[in-house]
Amino acid sequence: MWYYVKNLEYPVNLNKCKDLNMAKLLITQYGGPDGELSAALRYLDQRYTMPTGKSKGLLTDIGTEEMAHVEIIATMVYQLMENATIEEIKKAGLAGHYADHRKALFYTDATGNPWTATYIQAKGEPIADLHEDLAAEQKARVTYENLIHLTDEPQIKEILAFLREREVVHFQRFGECLMHVEDAMCIKK
Amino acid sequence: MNQREMLNSIRVYQFCAVELNLFLDNFPEDKNAKEDYNKVSCKLTELISAYEKNFGPLTNFGSAYVENPKAWVNTPWPWENCSREEE
Repeated sequence: MWYYVKNLEYPVNLNKCKDLNMAKLLITQYGGPDGELSAALRYLDQRYTMPTGKSKGLLTDIGTEEMAHVEIIATMVYQLMENATIEEIKKAGLAGHYADHRKALFYTDATGNPWTATYIQAKGEPIADLHEDLAAEQKARVTYENLIHLTDEPQIKEILAFLREREVVHFQRFGECLMHVEDAMCIKK
Repeated sequence: MNQREMLNSIRVYQFCAVELNLFLDNFPEDKNAKEDYNKVSCKLTELISAYEKNFGPLTNFGSAYVENPKAWVNTPWPWENCSREEE
């Protein structure tokens, strides 16, 4: 069971921001390989075969926080596009997006490739899965850094810096979890 | 506090709760973190119920402190920019 909370985890107010090019690039953290949807679905999928209460708890909770990040990215893209004219959309390279989705959100990467489950894995073995999760957090961190380099808008940078920091914290928690699972598996053997 | 300020202060405590929750998943016996988590949860409960009395539910499926189905659908959604309300 999940509950929706009608409040963003981090505030987004980009309606007056004119960096429409960023909408095209930010979308990769919505539906790209190292994006928030991939993260949420990966952890919420892997949790079933985690060996301990702690690891099941952590994957459930980080997976849930990632859903809140999906919503932050969606809000950024939605607000950037909301008041854009057709001319601005064409100039920002979003004509293809407009043709297929108008101003709707859609799970793609920055070049329009649709989200695919091949971005993620559930190996059914906690050491392998947690290593994938550690790598995923690092890849997401780098993507946020790349996106920060691509804009001059302080408001966009600030939100991306928050999301980048969350990847760092999740990496730390997954690392602790890996040590705990390794210990638990040694004791079992 | 107006609606926006209240939402922002709820957001601050929600974030602390998320952060402490993840830490406590790995270290459920940590005394300081448990104390902080209790304090933050109490404050959050207080802020959310005060908000909901004034502006409508923040959550759904029967879990709001104050139910108000009309306000649930009519108050702005998180992706709708609040700067428009100020104008």
